[in-house]
Amino acid sequence: MAKKPLSPEARSIINSQISRRALLAGAGAVAGAGALAACGSGGSSGAAKDTVRWANWTLYIDVDESGKKYPTLEAFTKQTGIKVKYSEDINDNDEFFGKVQGQLKLKKDIGYDIVTPTDWMASRFIRLGYTQKFDKANIPNAKNILPTLAHPSFDANRDSSLTWQGIMAGLGWNTKVNPKGLKTVDDLWQPQNKGKIVVLSEMRDTIGVILLSQGIKPETCTEDQFMNAVDFLQKKIADGWIRGVKGNEYKEDLISGDATAVIAWSGDLFQLSTENEGKFDFAIPESGGTISGDNFLIPSTVTAESKVNAEKLINYYYEPAVAAEVAAYVNYVTPVQGAQAEMEKIDPTLAKSEYIFPTQATMSRLHVFKALSPAEETKWTEAFQAAAGN
Amino acid sequence: MSSQKKFGLSTPYLLLLPGMGFLFTFFILPIINLAQTSTQTPVAGGDTGQYEQTLRFQNYIDAFVENKEQFGRSFVYAILATALALAIAYPLAYAIAFKSGKLKNLLLVLVVAPFFTSFLLRTIAWKQILGEQGFVVPTLRSLHLISESTTLTSSAFAVVAGMTYNFLPFMTLPLYASIDRIDPRTLEASGDLYANGFTTFRKVTFPLSLPGVVAGTLLTFIPAAGDYVNAAILGSPQTKMIGNVIDSRFFKIVDYPTASALSFTLMAAILILVTIYIRKAGTEELV
Repeated sequence: MAKKPLSPEARSIINSQISRRALLAGAGAVAGAGALAACGSGGSSGAAKDTVRWANWTLYIDVDESGKKYPTLEAFTKQTGIKVKYSEDINDNDEFFGKVQGQLKLKKDIGYDIVTPTDWMASRFIRLGYTQKFDKANIPNAKNILPTLAHPSFDANRDSSLTWQGIMAGLGWNTKVNPKGLKTVDDLWQPQNKGKIVVLSEMRDTIGVILLSQGIKPETCTEDQFMNAVDFLQKKIADGWIRGVKGNEYKEDLISGDATAVIAWSGDLFQLSTENEGKFDFAIPESGGTISGDNFLIPSTVTAESKVNAEKLINYYYEPAVAAEVAAYVNYVTPVQGAQAEMEKIDPTLAKSEYIFPTQATMSRLHVFKALSPAEETKWTEAFQAAAGN
Repeated sequence: MSSQKKFGLSTPYLLLLPGMGFLFTFFILPIINLAQTSTQTPVAGGDTGQYEQTLRFQNYIDAFVENKEQFGRSFVYAILATALALAIAYPLAYAIAFKSGKLKNLLLVLVVAPFFTSFLLRTIAWKQILGEQGFVVPTLRSLHLISESTTLTSSAFAVVAGMTYNFLPFMTLPLYASIDRIDPRTLEASGDLYANGFTTFRKVTFPLSLPGVVAGTLLTFIPAAGDYVNAAILGSPQTKMIGNVIDSRFFKIVDYPTASALSFTLMAAILILVTIYIRKAGTEELV
């Protein structure tokens, strides 16, 4: 064991500081400031030959104890001679899109050779022609992608996107309040959880889980079915079951006891249960849960030379050993086959984690929300936001 | 000395330049941009966030009708928070101005002390205070003032409490400035004329502190009506204010026209209310 991974305790301390999703919570509040700050950056004229510039979400990669170095990135540089300018510049999909859209439209360098937006935003990038197709010869490891993630509707053959990390959404609960656990979405509506339920502000996850509980697949749902699910949500809010439609803040609510049952992200609950000695648990509801991902994209403005470097980096992260190293830190679903075997070498307990390596049976119960047309996206988001009181 | 005179004349304008330049760039230009955006409509077949100018003023009506509930709530919450802040701040300001003696400066520092911490952090702290693990909920429960299942967070109570707390210094400071300026001899004179304490307060102290009351209520009410942080952090879907709607329209739905129209409507509504209020209060001199 050459590379000593962090102990679970150390990891939980680091993780508890702030996860990338936690920033979404505050993102709204500081969005104005962020937008202002955004104006100042990204004006440089292309990357240096041996550098690749990557914009990712915050705390979404392995970090050493000092919190300043990224071991896998350093190993990549050592291996290839390509330096990585890694920036945690994505706080929110929409905010990031607003920041780079103008330059992409004008075909001016946006300052990044790799960006990692969430599926639906990746879909928008691809639709608008803001990405480049991969030269698959440079990414032989792409074959390692999990079958569930290999053919999303927005990029059926993964020609211009590859998953960075997968995010499961399902049910989370406080094991003291719900000793029997939650198996279905209907289990949420029990008296002990009244007024103490929080659902995700990520529309595709919350509505996806509700749709599945109604026997409808989010891959193919119609507008009527979607609106019906939104009405269901609205009714549960009006009846006082649901106390909030939130981003990552639901974690604090769970810890403080203000929330006892949630529709939540797997990685978060993994961290919470480690930090709180099993006080919380997570499961994919029997009817199914959703899986989404953040995706590597190469923006249309990247030069041919930098594109090759970017592809090498993407290829590197699809090596099972590297993927395992990242997964051991971030706790999200790793999209790379073979990483589980590698994880055995790093930390056998984590290798058994259903959160990082969902079993085949679980995987088959995870669904990807369908791609929406721009008009649908606006209309559906509007309905969802209205249900959330906005 | 004509050259000196010339210099003297242009001085006020030179002094105004930085302020005006700043206001023009960061207030007037965005406002014009916002006004233009507010009457746009989506491009047919265009992508998310693509809008074109069609001068559709109906946007304003649609936006208002769809969100009148949140508008109403914003003003009710803002008025409640302002009234509560006034009720708390007046005795406080009065005590600091008249009764604190040597402690005056220290107390003033304490009033401003919360500003040393970020607004967001202070609001999040309220979540802890009113949360299940805070001391408030268990205390109230043991006194049987609230039932076992009642929670204080995610409620209108929490939102109004958070706003009252966050804006309290804005109420206290102008009040203090006004009350502190009152000549104690006017109070003595009132006593000499056989007015009791209450009458003195009603006829002398309060009227003389009115500029502070007006300034304080405005400084509290205006930001409170547009506030969305308290509702976002301490509220529930049923306590969302207009600021939350504007935020979600801008950043989640990417519906810039509606967000702009809502912003303008909010501005206009505040302006009208404030104008009526100042007229009624009858104070020409603010502060």
